[in-house]
Formats: sequence, structure tokens, C-alpha cells
Amino acid sequence: MSLNDNDVILQVKDLKKHFTPHQSLIQSLAGSGQKRPIKAVDGITFDLRRGEIFGLIGESGSGKTTTGKMIMKLIEPTSGTMVFNGEDVTHTDKLRTQVYRRQVQMIFQDPYASMNPRFKIRDVLQEPLIIHKIEGDNQKHDEMIIKSLTEVKLNPPAEFMGRYPHMLSGGQRQRVATARTLILNPMLLVADEPVSMIDLSTRAEILAMMKDVQRDLGLTYLYITHDLSTARYFTDRIAVMYLGRIVEMGPANELIDNPIHPYTKALIEAVPEPMTGKVDVIKELPISGEIPSPANIPPGCRFHTRCPYAKPECSEQSEPELMDAGNGHFHACRRWKEI
Amino acid sequence: MDKILEVKNLKLYYHTNKGAVKALDDVTFDLYKGETLGLVGESGCGKTTTGVALLRMPSPPGRIEEGSQIILDGRDIMPLTERQIRKDVRWEEVAMVFQGAMNCLTPVYTIGKQMMETLQEHREMEKKQAEELIKEYLSLVGLPPEVMGRYPHELSGGMKQRIVIATALFLKPKVVILDEPTTALDVIVQAQIINLLKKLKKTFDLSFIFITHDLSLEAEVSDRICVMYAGKIAELGTNQQIYGKQGPMHPYTEKLLQATPLLRKKVESLSFIPGAPPDLIDPPTGCRFHPRCHKVMDRCKVEEPPLIEVEPGHMVACWRCVK
Repeated sequence: MSLNDNDVILQVKDLKKHFTPHQSLIQSLAGSGQKRPIKAVDGITFDLRRGEIFGLIGESGSGKTTTGKMIMKLIEPTSGTMVFNGEDVTHTDKLRTQVYRRQVQMIFQDPYASMNPRFKIRDVLQEPLIIHKIEGDNQKHDEMIIKSLTEVKLNPPAEFMGRYPHMLSGGQRQRVATARTLILNPMLLVADEPVSMIDLSTRAEILAMMKDVQRDLGLTYLYITHDLSTARYFTDRIAVMYLGRIVEMGPANELIDNPIHPYTKALIEAVPEPMTGKVDVIKELPISGEIPSPANIPPGCRFHTRCPYAKPECSEQSEPELMDAGNGHFHACRRWKEI
Repeated sequence: MDKILEVKNLKLYYHTNKGAVKALDDVTFDLYKGETLGLVGESGCGKTTTGVALLRMPSPPGRIEEGSQIILDGRDIMPLTERQIRKDVRWEEVAMVFQGAMNCLTPVYTIGKQMMETLQEHREMEKKQAEELIKEYLSLVGLPPEVMGRYPHELSGGMKQRIVIATALFLKPKVVILDEPTTALDVIVQAQIINLLKKLKKTFDLSFIFITHDLSLEAEVSDRICVMYAGKIAELGTNQQIYGKQGPMHPYTEKLLQATPLLRKKVESLSFIPGAPPDLIDPPTGCRFHPRCHKVMDRCKVEEPPLIEVEPGHMVACWRCVK
């Protein structure tokens, strides 16, 4: 990709996270059977462009949440690099990490568990200001709180500040969670399944609010989800992960309308649709079985065990890298022209 | 078509210190033999409560109120004692796969032992014979017999869900209530389980009540759809009537469908329903949906709309549909 460095806010290169399973004392003394590492994320590379919404999609066990955690610097990568605004932030000291966390904020999945029930909304929102030692007295802080509540359209802000989390609906809580991240003026927001616990009737409202905030403040989002339908609606670009690697990446509409990788095709095939006349149909599923264990990744193309088009070459040759099919649509399938 | 289940004026209230929470208020519907009836709605609308009421086991302080009728295969089960219900109805005639049931398998017992326990509780059977039966059911849900010796943590979510479904079918029930059976599963596994359920329904000649909040999934599974809102039925119609060209008639269903993101079509903006579902201790007067409705009229605020048949088999509770 020939992008100007200024357009890229975060550059992730060959990032890996391998977890070593716990061994008991006896096991390690005996030295028998060194356990295989669990390769949760196994070499992913992508750029987050300034001002875009980037969707990271995958089934459970695909490594999408682990990637999010590494970007948040909640866990240390095993190898690879992350460059944020031109600065290598893969391994940073405590002080730099704290500054980084002000620039990169996270919205969590569960709006019920991510707030202290004994805190009023005002306190919930003031906490990041205290932790990051943002200067100002209570009055100055109140102004900032009101500003961020207005940004997420919780009106009137003064009224919400005096409430407790249990007095709010799921949608309102997710707005407060968003306000809490905005209060530090971040540049990048990592949102891990922000609407999966919110009722359908308000889900669209929250996504629309997040999109408005993103446009108004010029933010960049990393949207992590398993739900292709909301990703199509919400994101600009999508990367599909399978077993710790990106198998396909491209503009959201292009990727969903013209998927290249057999895995993406199967995912799209499996998504139900609100149309009549399908009750008596047994859906033809191109792939069977379930995602293998990340402790035991198949050789060659890691999808070959479930791929309907797999040939001996897919398991014998080395793992395919991401290739450009034109117009920024990348994929990791060697046989894409034939299938 | 014959009715296997008739539910009439079903009321289930939770009696709390603050007053009665009217979780189900006058719910009336039928279930025909061999069909799948879908229950959809937001959380708290009474979908799961309906399922639990059909097994006659509301969790305290819930109580099924006087005047409710549940007629199973011609017999009203409301007057039965708890003992009779256990002997004749619960799991025997009506079975339920609870939401998250796959996470409720005991981690310390093997799958075989847990399935055996269920079986021996209800049937007098030699161990050998029971094992054979378990193997038969495992193969029906697409699992190898070795699974009997495994522990739950060794199995994937999809496999555990298959085991829970097999266990629910053991006693050959007539009606199976499935409460969000695929919510925690990935899309591909979800499609596998849905295919399995469709096959099992044919094999065993079952009738399903399929509870989910996902309108897209419901469209692929249910013959008829019952949309619930705040403890009441808002609309009940065939798959064609709800998802077909003409579209649903209740403003709530209409909005819910418009709020569903579509994968195969680019939509610029999705619509949503402002506000939140009401407090069921003190529901709004008139139509319970009126504070959130985009087509509200004066009458809606004071008078409660009846559930009336607007075309054959299509019931709607909206004043706009009353001529």
C-alpha cells in the first residue's frame, strides 16, 4: 500500500501473541511433553487509516479480541510491531503507556458490568480525569463531563450526571461508556462488540450515535465483532480473521458483495436473512466442522482442513500471504482464480 | 390442521413488594401439530416467561393467575397437581431447551453419566439398554458414541448444544420449546444447528416453539411468528404475512424489521425505536407501545387495542387495523 505515513494512525506489522499453557511443577521437573503454545494471534499485518472505521471480524477463537487487547496494551505481544502516529509503541515504559492509553480508548461489550454501580454517572465520567491527572477543579471537570455527555446526545446532561447506572437502559449506559472514552480526547477507539448486548430496537441508534461522534470529532475506530451485518452497515473496511490470521481484507461493501476467500464466502452464506420462503429449506453449508484449536494449527493454509476446494498443494506448500486482488481487496487464498 | 397446544388468556404475574409485575398479560395462541411457532421481541417482553409457563414452572415470586388455560393435546393442564405435571407433562410431553443450557452441564461428570441420569430419573431401564439409547440419540444429533466418555470442557459449544438437544428429546416429547438455542454460537455453527433441528422435527414429528430476539433467524425457522411486546402479543401471522412483500401490520414489527441490519444490501441508515420497553408494574395506559410508536393516535393512549384477525390467520393488536 502506498499510503502517506500521515494517513496511517496505527500500523500493525506481523503481530503475534502466543500463550504458553500452565505446567505443573511435576510436569516441568519431569521435563516431559513440553506443551504446545496456543497461537491466539499468529502474524497479522494491517494499517488503520486516520478517520476510518475498521472492522475486525471472526468467530470465537479467531483472535480478534486478543488483537484488540494488544492494541490497547493490556497484554504484551510475543513479537511484531505496532507503530502509532509514527512512533513504535510495541514495548513502552509505564509513563508512555499511560499517555498512550489517553490517546487510545476502549468501549467494552457489557454496559452492565463496565460501570461501578455505586458511582453516579458524574463520578463514572470523572474517574478517567482523575486517573490521568487532567488538571482542573471540580467545576472544570464538570464542564468537560457535560461536553462529553452532549456529544453522545444524553440530554439534558445535568440530569444524567446525578443518576446511578442501574437507572439507565442498556443503550443509555453504552452512551455513557462512549462519553467516558471521549472525555480524554482520544484519537483511536477500540470497540469490542459494543452493541451485542443491546436490544435490536436500540442497536441501530447506538451505532448511528457512534458514527456521528466519529465524524464530528474525526476519530478512528477499530470495531471488533462477529456480526457481519452490523459490520457492513458500520465500517469502511473489514478484515476477516481465521485462527489467528487475516484471511481477507478490503472495503466493506466490496468484501461482502464479492468475497474471495472460501472462508469469507462460507461466513456470508451462513448469515440468516429476514426473507420469507426459507423455512423448509435445509441450508447447504459449504464448510463443515468447527474452528480447530489454536494450539494445533494445521500446516500450510490453516483453513485447508475445512475448505471445500482444498487440494494437496494447500497443505503441502507454505502458508499463503495476503495478496492484492486489485482495488485494495486483499486475500490469502492461493487458488482464488480457480474457485 | 390439528392443534397440539392451545394457550388461552395466559397471565403470569411476579408478585413483588412494589406490586405485581405483569410479565404475561392475556396471552392467547395455538400451536399446530408439526409446525414451528416463533416468539420474538426485545428482552423483557415475555418470550422466555411464556416458555416457562407452558412447563408450569414459573420461578418464584411468579404465579400463573386464575383464568389461564393451557390445553395440551386436548387436556387442560392448569388444574393438574405438581405431582401429575411431573409424571405426565414436564419433559414427557413438553420439553424445553433453556437459554445457555449448554453451559449448565456439570463439569465433573462425563456426558454419558449426565444423560444416563436424566433417562433413569424418568424410565426404568437396564444400564445396557440405556446406553444403547443414548448412543442412538447421539448419532441422531450427529455426534460419535465416544462423546459419552468425554467431559463438557472437552467439547465445543456446538457439540454441547447438540447434547442438550438430544437430552431434551429422550422422552419423546410432543412439544419442544427452544429458548435462544443458537445465540452464543458462531454463524456457521448456528446454521448447522438450525439444519439439525429441522431434520429432527421431521424425524420425530415434533412441534417447536422457537424463542429468539433475532428476526432474521426467525424468518428461516418459523412457520408462524408471534411478536410480543411488554407481556402481550402485538402481532401473530404466517412467515409470509410477516416477512412477505406486503410486510407486517403492527408498527412495532415494522420498526423492528427496519432496525435489522441486512448483510446483502447496503443501507445508509437504519431506523430505531426511541425509548425503552415500559415498566411492567405500571404499564402505560391504552396500547403499551404507544409512547414509542411513530403512528400513535389519540385513541391509542386511552384504550387498549384488542388482538383481532385482520385477514385469515393474521392477528394484530393495533387501533389502525380496526375498521
